[in-house]
Amino acid sequence: MKYTQGKYFIVRKQAIAREIYSFVIACPEIAEAAVPGQFVHIRADGFTLRRPISICGIDREKGTLRIVFEVRGDGTAQIARLNEGDTIDILAPLGHGFTLLPDAERVVLIGGGIGTPPMLPLAKYYGSKAVAVSGFRNASAAILQDDLRDTGAETILCTDDGSAGIHGFVTQPFSELAANGGIDAVYACGPMPMLRGVADICRKSGIFCEISLEERMACGIGACLGCACRISENGSERYAHVCKDGPVFRAEEVLW
Amino acid sequence: MADLSVNVCGVDFKNPVIPASGVFGYGREYEELFPLSTLGGIATKGTTLHLRTGNLSPRIAETPGGMLNSVGLQNPGIDHFIETELPYLLTKDVVILANIAGSTPEECAQAAEKLEATDVHMIELNISCPNVKQGGAAFGTDCAMAAEVTRLVRRATTKPLIVKLSPNVTSITDIAKSVEAAGADAVSLINTLLGMRIDVNTRRPVLRNNVGGLSGPAVFPVAVRMVWQVANAVNIPVIGMGGVSTGRDAIELMMAGASAVQVGAAIFTDPLAPVKIINEMNEFLDSKGISSVRDIIGTVQPW
Repeated sequence: MKYTQGKYFIVRKQAIAREIYSFVIACPEIAEAAVPGQFVHIRADGFTLRRPISICGIDREKGTLRIVFEVRGDGTAQIARLNEGDTIDILAPLGHGFTLLPDAERVVLIGGGIGTPPMLPLAKYYGSKAVAVSGFRNASAAILQDDLRDTGAETILCTDDGSAGIHGFVTQPFSELAANGGIDAVYACGPMPMLRGVADICRKSGIFCEISLEERMACGIGACLGCACRISENGSERYAHVCKDGPVFRAEEVLW
Repeated sequence: MADLSVNVCGVDFKNPVIPASGVFGYGREYEELFPLSTLGGIATKGTTLHLRTGNLSPRIAETPGGMLNSVGLQNPGIDHFIETELPYLLTKDVVILANIAGSTPEECAQAAEKLEATDVHMIELNISCPNVKQGGAAFGTDCAMAAEVTRLVRRATTKPLIVKLSPNVTSITDIAKSVEAAGADAVSLINTLLGMRIDVNTRRPVLRNNVGGLSGPAVFPVAVRMVWQVANAVNIPVIGMGGVSTGRDAIELMMAGASAVQVGAAIFTDPLAPVKIINEMNEFLDSKGISSVRDIIGTVQPW
């Protein structure tokens, strides 16, 4: 199985910050196939388009997936109204995930705001070899810091207003980490200016870097060509599609 | 179990449900979810003589009861389609409607000519794209231009030729009659309705192309009206589409006069929509004791 569509039970729902929800979904065959960096495409009752949400946890033993999402509009608000015991209609697992490097000694995971959830499966994979740098608007928007620490990863928290952790953007502590050297890979997800800043530092330091992109999307499986992004491949420019070729891309491929 | 088979321009379909061009690619992505042979037909992604890269993003915007798109005909070109995609599709026991488009009537005709040597079952000509020779006005918005492109493509192919009509016109029946007179074997309608959304915070259009095509349940009543009008105005078969999302919608469009039905945006909401629509049509016909879907075509009884 590459991907499937069906209705699955929500076994746990938590509100983990203002307008941010965590669902654990019982879907054994999807959990079996899913890899870090992939996403699920969720039907919002009454809306034409599904909502793509990144995978925040894969538990093959329990046969569950975890997603963490923010209410951004009417569609995600509709999904947030679902409760434990309800079914959720998902098409998953979709997309091309992160490249996992079994021999890496030290990796940095960088999440900005709601870009933090896809970093958690990577933290689980790399454990104490990972440093997770997360940035949020303020202390009350900060999520998943305990979850990241529980994997054995070191965590560095930044807030835009200084209400928790470092006062500033994630690029500040990350540039220090990069300057110290010894980083085998960087994985990042978050707002475009953040990704661009991270990609710049990696390019200058020659560090392997993968980023997860977002785009308005329809089919989710590479058929409709709605979610185009410009990338450069072997020196020539082309439109790739975030749903199938991504959402994870090598940072140097992306034409900003 | 009602008989769902239909015949359009001499081509047999096991059922009247066809994923519309643009939503289904060349089928490969959906084969993962259900056997393509379940379908009556597949209208393939609009393909041009040469590769097209398409428009900048965002290309998609959601709207109440539907969506806007401006993909800009991104496709790998007709040669790639013929060499790589068509042979695979022709093994799937499903009618293949090769959707073609172009910037000039000659480009459309050349694409059709290349398909002439293949085993593709039907050609669906998209006349909603801008005609660069005529200052960028869409072929499909002018009777003379619509007839010209139809005539040239007609000359290039012996395959059943379906002309896909734009609803962005004052009188779609006039366009339909023009393409019928120019040699079309069937018409399909409606393509998307031109629309626009603006992000009021940034004052920027949501789509990078500013405007795009509206589809989804919101356009269904427009489709029913236009299918009904066109079916009453021409003597060639009509393939209906526009916002079909349930078996009842498909039945309604066939009662309005459609011989077969295409399914577009509904596939984004539910990738199994075409399969469910086939099952629901069957249930409806059984519940009414109607033995063949052919018996409902054009049977609306207007006041």
